[in-house]
Amino acid sequence: MSEQTPKRVPPSPTPDVSTRPFWDAARDGKLLIGRNTKTGKVHYPPRPICPFDDEGEVEFVPASGEGTIYTFSIMRAKVPYAIAYVELAEGPRIMTNIVDCDFDRIEVGQKVRVTFVPSEGDGQPVPMFTPV
Amino acid sequence: MSIRGKACIVGAYEHPTRKAEDKSTAQLHAEVALGALRDAGLTRRDVDAYFCAGDAPGMGPLSMADYIGLDRLKHVDATDLGGCSYLAHVAHAAEAIALGKCSVALITLAGRPRAEGMATGTAPRAGNPAQPDVQFEYPYGAAIANMYAMCARRHMYEFGTTSEQLAWIKVAASHHAQHNEHAMLRKVVTVEDVVNSPLVADPLHRLDCCVISDGGGALIVTSPEVARSLKRPVVTVRGAGETVKHQMGGQLDLTYTGARYSGARAFEMAGVRPADIKYASIYDSFTITVLLQLEDLGFCERGQGGKFVSDGNLISGVGKLPFNTDGGGLCNNHPANRGGITKVIEAVRQLRGEAHPAVQVKNCDLALAHGTGGSLGTRHGSATLILERE
Repeated sequence: MSEQTPKRVPPSPTPDVSTRPFWDAARDGKLLIGRNTKTGKVHYPPRPICPFDDEGEVEFVPASGEGTIYTFSIMRAKVPYAIAYVELAEGPRIMTNIVDCDFDRIEVGQKVRVTFVPSEGDGQPVPMFTPV
Repeated sequence: MSIRGKACIVGAYEHPTRKAEDKSTAQLHAEVALGALRDAGLTRRDVDAYFCAGDAPGMGPLSMADYIGLDRLKHVDATDLGGCSYLAHVAHAAEAIALGKCSVALITLAGRPRAEGMATGTAPRAGNPAQPDVQFEYPYGAAIANMYAMCARRHMYEFGTTSEQLAWIKVAASHHAQHNEHAMLRKVVTVEDVVNSPLVADPLHRLDCCVISDGGGALIVTSPEVARSLKRPVVTVRGAGETVKHQMGGQLDLTYTGARYSGARAFEMAGVRPADIKYASIYDSFTITVLLQLEDLGFCERGQGGKFVSDGNLISGVGKLPFNTDGGGLCNNHPANRGGITKVIEAVRQLRGEAHPAVQVKNCDLALAHGTGGSLGTRHGSATLILERE
């Protein structure tokens, strides 16, 4: 099944005060992840309190945007879409969509890179991935 | 303190309806409450503890105690772990009884997603934006079916599990459901029927999914002293465990579930092993749910679930581990999109010797009931009970 038109337009995310920098960075084409300033451990989705360690502050840092597909599923909806977890080069496995490709050729382990897709409403870009 | 042997299930009732167009959700809660009390030989005046979860309309125990007319409560608990809440409630009731806080606990579940036309598994839900995960999941079309599908895909990739193996789980459930007059799907299906049904969220097909049904169920948990004063067979809580598993900051692994931990705790408390279990109620929102939990509960080696469920191994009278002999969520009932209470109810039927004769397990004196709530693909509750007949 090749990707059909019309393409699915994602619903707009609703940022909160703590995640505003993440969504603002997406407008600049950057995918941010959380990094503990003391331990260096990174996490996703980014949040102000590190989920791993009690010590250290969290800073939001740009990810390389490179990753591999950990798993995926094609939703057989009216407008089909590919949901996935992508393992970032930095480690975290993050929920996303795989876009701009033939859905029948998506594979676990496939290399992908980030791309930003405008969502409904004001077009807030949402990070998604496409095969390299 | 262990709750082993400290409480008993004396009442169990499953609402016969599967489509409740003429009944409200609160009414269903009240009907199942009275059904379980009748089964136990008790009245609502005897109830001094009440347990409900997110399916109860209003402010949990406040609205339901008011509506049902429970006026002697000494203990309430609205723990919500999604579909497995009610297994956790049994354990929490046993704890409260063991502490002397109460002696007769009522647990109810009810809902009417079918009458309300809910697209339960396939429609992404926007949720409350204050829920921290929503903004990172809703834009991607995260629904129930595709989350479980991603678990199935990864298991297939790592262990070579096949759609045909998953299909055997539905086949086994359908063999049991044919004997249940209330089951939504009573037709016996084949592996081919399952794998040839339309893909919903690949690799999961329509027949890999549970039914959408209305109705509910209730349980009565009492102290052993109260239980022995009643006329029903005594089913004792021997072991229990619960946990939450989630994405852990991106370090997620979709090839196992919280059953790994809740099950281990339940077995340790009970002092028994998986091989000792005569009957198992295993949460079956999807076929993959069953396969993962069977591995995590220790019924087979990790990665071997596909082989374990094949060739009728879960069919009562045929295989080594009879499961979900009421037809389970896959064929019988998944009321309010929460299959936890029906898992306990069928385990109680088996231990009492009151399951349908065609599926009753001989000398069934030790059973396990296990539930998952929420989504295996993101975050889920997990609760395990080991029950025995006195």
